[in-house]
Amino acid sequence: MFAYIVRRMFQSVIVLLVVGLVAFSMFRFVGDPIDNMLGQERTQADIDRLRTELGLDQPFPVQYFKFLKGAVQGDFGVSYRQGRPVSTILIERAPATLELAFVSGFLAITMGIALGVFTAIRRQGVAANVIMTVSLLGVSLPTFLIGILLIYVFSIELGVLPSFGRGETVMIGSWSTGFLTTSGLKALILPAITLGLYQMTLIMRLVRSEMLEVMRADYVRFARARGLSDRVINFRHALKNTLVPVITITGLQLGSIIAFAIITETVFQWPGVGLLFINAIQFVDIPVMAAYLMLISVMFVSINLIVDLLYYAIDPRLRVDARAT
Amino acid sequence: MILRNLMMAASATALMATGASAETLRWARAGDSLTLDPHAQNEGPTSALAHQIMETLVMRDHSGALVPSLATEWAPSEENPNIWVFKLREGVTFHDGAEFDSEDVVFSLNRAMTPDSDYKELLASVKEVRAPDKYTVEIETDGPNPIMPNNLTNMFMMDKGWAEANNAVKVQDYEGGEDTFAAKNANGTGPYKLVSREPDVKTVLAANENYWGQGEFPLQVTEVIYTPIQNAATRVAALLSGEVDFIQDVPVQDLERVAGSDGLDVRTAPQNRVIFFGMNMGDADLANDNVDGKNPLSDVRVRQAMSKAINRDAIKQVVMRGQSAPAGMIAPPFVNGWDEGMDSSSSTDIEGAKALMAEAGYPDGFSIQLDCPNDRYVNDEAICQAAVGMLAQIGITVNLDAKPKAQHFPLINNLETDFYMLGWGVPTYDSEYIFNFLTHTKGEKYGSWNGTRYSNPDLDAKIVALASETNLPERDKQIAEIWQVVQDEQLYIPIHHQVLNWGMKSNVGTVVEPEDSPKIKYFTLN
Repeated sequence: MFAYIVRRMFQSVIVLLVVGLVAFSMFRFVGDPIDNMLGQERTQADIDRLRTELGLDQPFPVQYFKFLKGAVQGDFGVSYRQGRPVSTILIERAPATLELAFVSGFLAITMGIALGVFTAIRRQGVAANVIMTVSLLGVSLPTFLIGILLIYVFSIELGVLPSFGRGETVMIGSWSTGFLTTSGLKALILPAITLGLYQMTLIMRLVRSEMLEVMRADYVRFARARGLSDRVINFRHALKNTLVPVITITGLQLGSIIAFAIITETVFQWPGVGLLFINAIQFVDIPVMAAYLMLISVMFVSINLIVDLLYYAIDPRLRVDARAT
Repeated sequence: MILRNLMMAASATALMATGASAETLRWARAGDSLTLDPHAQNEGPTSALAHQIMETLVMRDHSGALVPSLATEWAPSEENPNIWVFKLREGVTFHDGAEFDSEDVVFSLNRAMTPDSDYKELLASVKEVRAPDKYTVEIETDGPNPIMPNNLTNMFMMDKGWAEANNAVKVQDYEGGEDTFAAKNANGTGPYKLVSREPDVKTVLAANENYWGQGEFPLQVTEVIYTPIQNAATRVAALLSGEVDFIQDVPVQDLERVAGSDGLDVRTAPQNRVIFFGMNMGDADLANDNVDGKNPLSDVRVRQAMSKAINRDAIKQVVMRGQSAPAGMIAPPFVNGWDEGMDSSSSTDIEGAKALMAEAGYPDGFSIQLDCPNDRYVNDEAICQAAVGMLAQIGITVNLDAKPKAQHFPLINNLETDFYMLGWGVPTYDSEYIFNFLTHTKGEKYGSWNGTRYSNPDLDAKIVALASETNLPERDKQIAEIWQVVQDEQLYIPIHHQVLNWGMKSNVGTVVEPEDSPKIKYFTLN
């Protein structure tokens, strides 16, 4: 077990280094930050001076090494765009993204499972068919279009929900939360639906097909023959057994909810790390881009690590194999 | 001037009589201010926000005219033409109560001249700033500088004591790794005080009750909530749904929608920005064309033919939906040296263009690459696409390469493009600024945006001489002569002047400021 964890940790570090290397080698194609940083009136001398000052004239292995040296000490440098330490900015922005991801993940899981069970049990019903058809839309429409549609209906036409921003937020320590105010909660609704819709339909379809499979299994038939109530069969026996693959998928999707919040955050002007990243790309804010990509890869790597360890804990066969080799 | 101030005061008092309760203006535009440090970034949204909180010695009102702000009068010294004397407004206080005087001006201008400042180029000719007494400031330059005040319209004044007390004497820089206090806090003399600010999220300002301009400006807005909304569709939606009162950048495709909505207006005015194409006319051969051994763009007839092939009216109607003013010179109409005749001189003439091409030895045309930004100017990429079709009519095959601005502008600066789009605004409202950056031979101090490789030592000498020509009629004559050369040589192919579209609730009263920098103190609400 311990050797397995160490080996996996070692692999994770290599993955991170490679991600950083690829990201860094790509920054030179994003553009030149100097023009954005200096005003229209800059002279050639200013350009050269700033380039030297930022170390952008150095070969890229040197720049990458400098970044890594700072990053392992928790110092991601200073944002070219805002002139403030990147770590401060990330800490400021993280709560917005995490709260949004939490709410949309919660929506996706609860609604996805409930609707999945419903459509599996009543698979001939009109309602189930309507839900299945609508869910196809959810899978196939791009996020930004859904967001704009929701804004059009609920903000412009009905005027009930805000079209942008987080509403009023309350500071708890260094964490700004939108959960404690009415406007903060209202502001969460549309972005959370936009972000969670795809995951919700995915989970729903997964639960439905797993459920249909399980319902045909022998033990469900025996349970029925024994005269157990539908409720007990559906929820105690069938649903429980469908959840194993659902948990795997959900774990992996959690990472994408955070990483792909970029589009939703841009549409709703949601002040999270995704919007920060978009701004960073437009400005060629290399320190922010580098820190964001590293953080996202740390997140994916650790989620994968946890999922692997969970398998190890859940599935006895893996342990046996490990001992045998 | 006096009449104008009187009229303004009269209308302001009339307006003030009608409403005095708390009036909030919710203001949105695409980008946020990058920093509150007034000298760190010379950039549109940054100085637009700073103008509400801080002030300059002289400023531009919404018509673009130079008007007194913290200085009440200014003139070159009678003894020494190298010195400008500014008389300061008395009894002005900063938001924290400190008094504004000449010490603060000397401090602020010196701060703006340090290497980390983005404004140092505008003060490059300044030798020394002195304070002979509490309300007088002298700015001495290397040689006379007739347009010194024009360079000061975005030069904000800070309180010396406040900066020293808060360790903000130095302009924020990128390598320090420390938060500069001045980047997140502000103490100005302006009409609005900073209440709170979350970068990229929300900035709240409240009226400064001790503002010196009480009674002189409408000052009807008592609270300003500024939110950047990056996505154009969301920005328009926020205006349509009534969540904001004023947005600065209405996309051209949404103009009718906004203008047609009840209770909303679009106000339009020409912007201080001209869009044009530049060409590499200096190199012996071009990297991105199909002509070997020579450079077709070095022939003035080819450049003229290209200009004649561009149908500016079609671009205006089709690409810009009417929101542009076709241009014949690369100076916006507000600028000293702008000439109506020159600006209307470009006309479409395909036959004439073909004849010029044949005369120059390119009857069958040639092919070339056009580099174009796709996120900088209004419909920039679409303008380039239109130009591709127009140039094809005279046999020039254009390969369009459109890129984000962060990749496009380095091509111009590193002289890696032979045919490119550029836009130019003139903050000093004087042609010298255009010549310095776009016409003078590219070098260490001048011509940093001149990607044409054009080099004319005689013209360079004339441009440099403008800086110290104090005889204004003579200076204007020189400017006209330089423009004549620029026009005759077809140094650039002007396309159009951009138009600004501000969308707002019908009760918000303001005219559109040509530099896209609204000054909320002029806004009325009714």
